[in-house]
Amino acid sequence: MSSADVCAAILWVGVTLYAIFGGADFGAGIWDFLAGSGERADKVRAQIDRSIGPVWEANHVWLIFVLVILWTAFSPAFSAIFSTLYIPLALAALGIVLRGSGFAFRHALPGPVERPATRIFGLASILTPFFMGTVVGAIAAGQVPADGDGDPTGSWIGFLPLSLGALFVLLTAYTAAVFLVRDSGAAGEQELRDYFERRALGAAVLAGAAAVVGLIALHADARYVYDGLTSWPGIALVIISGLCGLIALGLLVSGRNYGLRVAAVGAGTAVIWGYFAAAFPYLLPTSLKISDAAAPSATLTAVIVVFGAAVLVVIPSLALLYTLSQRQALEGYTASSDASSPRR
Amino acid sequence: MALIPQLADAGTNLLAARNQMGFTLGFHIVLACFGVAFPAVMLIAEAYGHRKGDEAALRLARNWSKGVAVLFAVGAVTGTVLSFEFGLLWPRFTDRFGDAFGIAFAIEGIFFFLEAIFIAIYIYGWDRLSPRAHMLSAIPIVISGVGGAFSVIAANAWMNQPQGFDLDAAGNVTNVRPFEVIFNPATGYEFFHMWLAAYMVTGFLIASVYAVGMLRGRRDRYHRLGFLIPFTVAAIAAPIQLFVGDTAARAVADDQPAKFAGFECVYESGDNQAEHIGGICHDGKVTGAISIPGLDSLLVGFSTDTYVKGLDQIPDDQEPPAKTMLHLAFDTMVGIGTALFLLAVWFAISWWRRRDIPGTPWFLRAAALAGVGAILALESGWIVTEVGRQPWIVYGFMRTTDAVTPAQGIWWVFGLTMLLYVGLAVTAITVLRALSRRWREGLPEEPGEVPYGPPPGEGSEASA
Repeated sequence: MSSADVCAAILWVGVTLYAIFGGADFGAGIWDFLAGSGERADKVRAQIDRSIGPVWEANHVWLIFVLVILWTAFSPAFSAIFSTLYIPLALAALGIVLRGSGFAFRHALPGPVERPATRIFGLASILTPFFMGTVVGAIAAGQVPADGDGDPTGSWIGFLPLSLGALFVLLTAYTAAVFLVRDSGAAGEQELRDYFERRALGAAVLAGAAAVVGLIALHADARYVYDGLTSWPGIALVIISGLCGLIALGLLVSGRNYGLRVAAVGAGTAVIWGYFAAAFPYLLPTSLKISDAAAPSATLTAVIVVFGAAVLVVIPSLALLYTLSQRQALEGYTASSDASSPRR
Repeated sequence: MALIPQLADAGTNLLAARNQMGFTLGFHIVLACFGVAFPAVMLIAEAYGHRKGDEAALRLARNWSKGVAVLFAVGAVTGTVLSFEFGLLWPRFTDRFGDAFGIAFAIEGIFFFLEAIFIAIYIYGWDRLSPRAHMLSAIPIVISGVGGAFSVIAANAWMNQPQGFDLDAAGNVTNVRPFEVIFNPATGYEFFHMWLAAYMVTGFLIASVYAVGMLRGRRDRYHRLGFLIPFTVAAIAAPIQLFVGDTAARAVADDQPAKFAGFECVYESGDNQAEHIGGICHDGKVTGAISIPGLDSLLVGFSTDTYVKGLDQIPDDQEPPAKTMLHLAFDTMVGIGTALFLLAVWFAISWWRRRDIPGTPWFLRAAALAGVGAILALESGWIVTEVGRQPWIVYGFMRTTDAVTPAQGIWWVFGLTMLLYVGLAVTAITVLRALSRRWREGLPEEPGEVPYGPPPGEGSEASA
């Protein structure tokens, strides 16, 4: 494995973590948007706040990580993608701005800001996964020329990009619903668990249908990737993804929480790496290879070193954060009865 | 002059893209300052509160942590916009040089991660962690503020003093030397200058909020400490900044003579250069300025005999544009910086003599303006370094006009971005004001009122 391949794998680790954990935060925003109003909607939104509140910002950083690794290690690919797909990328960025600020502001000011901020948070949560999906679709379909400046509209307004956009929205909604089933189940909120379970199942069915459409679109518009996904080793990952998805469905229906998240994460991870295997050795199938886009070797080494440092520093910190947010309270210093006065 | 038709030739794309980048960066830089320095101010308040058993200081730290959270959330999205803009506006720049300057941003990513994680842990940890563990959780935030600023500034400094790479025959970057990229000649002075600026902007701005409160008669311990802690931080930074800024200007005279000649309005090379304060720089001469003979040479080389390179030695197509704006921005930065230094001296004398804030309301009035003043100085400083680097995006290697995207419609995006950001600013300020009103009235906390807030406790309604 060359250091360019290592950097591509590092990039893909970032893509995977952003797609699954960042994606789930967007999906939670979609459920927030669809929750309607009333007492139950308040409970649903409270659960969404509990689940994503502490982690959404850290999950978002994976996107920055991906962008920076892409422009550092594979700058021609970054430039080609951004100079071609600037419209969907700008719209995805708009979604990121509105989602983040909408969520940040929604509870800060009850009344005038809260309702519009909640709406914006929800709507923006649909925007970003959809346009990210079109970007991936356009890349898979070979619409991004290696030198950049591809067709700014025709590249992503097509069967494959649009169906992947829809698929991404449904998959983030599905992943979020599964996480929310698990979180509300763990918190003993049976009513909420049932609520999210119904939605997870609905999203699973729709996402399954969209995945079939996506495969047909891949067959038509992205033959290289399609062939890679239907032959070794891509096919193995697709099968693993399908199995994990079925296990998750089984756990959902049987009302179990244990292993639910792992199964859902496994399904997502396997299909994302299936794409990687299918597109290999290309970054932009079939116009730009990993090796041709790679930076000089010292830069690649620096990227690998930085990633190593990130693993050593960031992963334990993230683990600490996830643990704290999952446990909801720490031993020894549980919330005092009057949370508004500082403890002496 | 020669540059105006040149801009017109490049189409309006360059101007639109520069406006878009300048506006979004100018907006983000204020939030970045808060990201760098606000956690430190908050941690000082908490440490003081625990050590002295001071309840007001603890209340300040707790309330400030919510300000940190809201501002960090907005700063994270405006920062994300900037990383998109590297590709959306300047694809040729990232294409050609991403493999050199990108390393600095990769390092910044780690600090951004740590900051995002530990801000959430800190906010979450109120009442849940022991005072010691809670304060420890803030230390990574403070460190990553400094580290993140260093990494980003290293990338910007590299654009001013590019090194650490070779170009092959086709003009592609080869043989990258990451250490030379990061530790280029401009990194040192640019970083210290920006780091201190972050502490000054944050310190003076928070202090100004409490100065206004005190002028309105709220002279309790909460307001007094709310003024004293951030003001002291900024007052310590101000004199060091004077020294660092002076060093930076001298270094720029060596490293980027065109930029220096631009912001000092030096048209004719030679010794015994006058220092122009204010005025208009047009048609090869300065008009309407207060000119102090020999001072510019004295400041550059500690002697009026010092030779200063003027714009006459710079090829027309390498001169910075908008010289009057550049010059006035430089004067604004230096003028406000000096005024803030004098304000800090005033405070220091009063504190040394009688352990108190100066008694006259004029001090508080001046302090109330210091926050806005510091932001003005900050923005002026960025104009000096960014406009002063033009027409280059990578000094001496790539022109901004060769980096810009050919994509159409940037003016539209710019207009919409302005609307969006104004909305963002208005909402953020409204939210912070509403929070502070609630704190003042002693209303109970809303569960989850900040974006990384702890989950609501048993029986509380989250979206009350």
